[in-house]
Amino acid sequence: MMPPFVMLVDDEAPFVNTMTKRLTKRNLEVETALSGQEALDKLDKHRNIDVVILDVKMPGMDGIETLQRIKTGYPLIEVIMLTAYATVESAIEGMKLGAFDYLMKPCDMEQLMGKVIEATRKKRNHEDKIREAQVKEVLSKHGA
Amino acid sequence: MANLEQLSNSYYRLLTRNIILTIISVSIIPLILVSITIYYQFRTSYHEKVYAHLCEIVHKHKQNIDGFLSEKLGDIRFLANSFGLEKLSDESFLQDRLAALQENYGPVFVDLGVINTAGEQIAYAGPFKLAKANYSDAQWYQQAVRSQYFISDVFLGLRGLPHFIVTVRNTWKGQNWILRATIDFVAFNTLVESIRIGETGFAVILNKAGKLQTTPITKPSLDIIPAKNIYAEFLENRARSADEIRIAVKPDSSDHQTIFVASFLKNGDWLLVYQQHLADAFADLNKTFTMTTVMMLLGPLCIVIMAITLSKIIVNRIAQVDVEKQLMNERVVETGKLASVGELAAGVAHEINNPVAIMVEEAGWIGDLLEEEESQDSKNLAEFRRAIGQIQAQGKRCKEITQKLLSFARRTDGTVQNIEINEILEELVALSAQRAKFAMVSIQTHFQKNLPQLQLSLSELQQVFLNLINNSLDAMESGGGSLTIASRLEEDRIVVEVSDTGPGIPEANLNRIFDPFFTTKPVGKGTGLGLSICYGIIDKIGGKIEVRSAVGKGTTFYVSLPISKEDVARDKTSPFNGPAPSED
Repeated sequence: MMPPFVMLVDDEAPFVNTMTKRLTKRNLEVETALSGQEALDKLDKHRNIDVVILDVKMPGMDGIETLQRIKTGYPLIEVIMLTAYATVESAIEGMKLGAFDYLMKPCDMEQLMGKVIEATRKKRNHEDKIREAQVKEVLSKHGA
Repeated sequence: MANLEQLSNSYYRLLTRNIILTIISVSIIPLILVSITIYYQFRTSYHEKVYAHLCEIVHKHKQNIDGFLSEKLGDIRFLANSFGLEKLSDESFLQDRLAALQENYGPVFVDLGVINTAGEQIAYAGPFKLAKANYSDAQWYQQAVRSQYFISDVFLGLRGLPHFIVTVRNTWKGQNWILRATIDFVAFNTLVESIRIGETGFAVILNKAGKLQTTPITKPSLDIIPAKNIYAEFLENRARSADEIRIAVKPDSSDHQTIFVASFLKNGDWLLVYQQHLADAFADLNKTFTMTTVMMLLGPLCIVIMAITLSKIIVNRIAQVDVEKQLMNERVVETGKLASVGELAAGVAHEINNPVAIMVEEAGWIGDLLEEEESQDSKNLAEFRRAIGQIQAQGKRCKEITQKLLSFARRTDGTVQNIEINEILEELVALSAQRAKFAMVSIQTHFQKNLPQLQLSLSELQQVFLNLINNSLDAMESGGGSLTIASRLEEDRIVVEVSDTGPGIPEANLNRIFDPFFTTKPVGKGTGLGLSICYGIIDKIGGKIEVRSAVGKGTTFYVSLPISKEDVARDKTSPFNGPAPSED
């Protein structure tokens, strides 16, 4: 499997920097963004991003809104929410809006890696299925 | 505090006074106005009526008496005209005529006499020996000679008894002669005597000289004496017409205010005066006045009593409401405080969470780097790993603390939700753990597992149990001890016990601990509201809070919470894995 292409979105630059180093060390391709808007801009450029790790609480556009935009613009991309609030409510909201999972900050690196890999697999699976379906469609059109 | 109480006491006194004054003035002033108006209207019309009535009586009697006199005169005139001097001079004939008159009219006519021009009585019939009496010097004779008909005043005359006479002058052979009849004074007197009204009303007749023509019946007890000077006034101001009736109110001889009603009769010769004490004439009116006065006194008395009672009730109610309102305010303040503490906690937790997360990640990065080959040779590798592990472990601990703060602060409103009572108690125990450690108190928990869920407000329950735990810790602050929190199911309710081994609550205070503002804590430390708020909350949700305490042994609070009948299953949140486009 190709290493997962991850985008890390958080307003805390030191957190983003360290996480980037750690994730890169674990063979992940990492893109970073310090705000929701920046994340959306970068997603536009890097169409092959598999997973977005998104902080819920950010100034300006917050995590929930960013999640909504990502899900409308790029339905296949999976989002893992990072939250300080271990509340059922924000989790439920995130889930309802299509987040893959949520983790509490500070999070365990192994746990995070597990979720990232799971999410990437799911995303690629979906992509494969879509491709297959498209192939079938083309074949059925030509073969009929 | 005492000052404040004084202030509020004087406020309530003022309020009571104002309400009383308002009620009294609003009810009594119209009462007085109406009473006075009605009384005066009544008085005026009653006066008019009484006067009219008295005038009517006097008028009637005047007619009666005039009628009586002219009738008697008519009888005598008839006698004189129809028989002539010759026949009437015969005493036996005269006797017959007298008998006939007495037979027809009763003993009104006492005697008859025929008098010649010289004033000698030439014939007489009657009970007195008056034959041949000479009247030429009598005043009445001189008047009688001058006019055709004459009715004399009352006088004693020769017989020495009060009487008056009626004379008719006739002419026979150029000589005047007079037929005279004596009218029985008693019979005449009854005409006037019969005018008796009330206790003091009576009538008299006076002649022009002011001499009494009738005897007034005087009861010694009533002290009725005809007042001559007043009669004289009437006599002086002679009526313009014979029918005029005059009324005057003046003090009589015994200084009683008296009504005088006067009218002339016998062509202005006599004056009929009716008199009655004012108090007697207006006895009914006075009775009404007394009744009105009594009512005017009793009515306002009732109003005053009512006003005082009512305003006291109202003010007591207001005071009660004020206390309740104050309590309410305190509760709101308390809740608000708790809410703001919660917000603060949430803010702090979140702000701390991010740096901690960064620290943990940095430690993790160092850990990652240590795994690289060049670092493997470092002699302090084990020590580095231990230190990083410690940093991560402490970071996790920070995380747990912030988690607890957040979950405590999550909600401080009264929204009802599904609640696991044991979870709340555990959270609170964890929050209080630090305090307990300093107070040297060990906390034990005995929770019954799988308790049904409660449908209550989280923040309110937190408030109740946090209060109880804090109270216990406060109680044991000086000497340490142990705090036991237990939960169990009892029929349709969950009972939570919070018991400490503190100094206990004296019997005398036990009944008052739920009262608002009751506190044994030093001034400024306790509001005395904690337990009353607990009581209020538990009472509101239909639960019960009880206390048992033994001095020297400890105190136990029992809180029983009702389980809602519709035991809603916990809505579990399963992770929702976004929409999967599956096409086969």
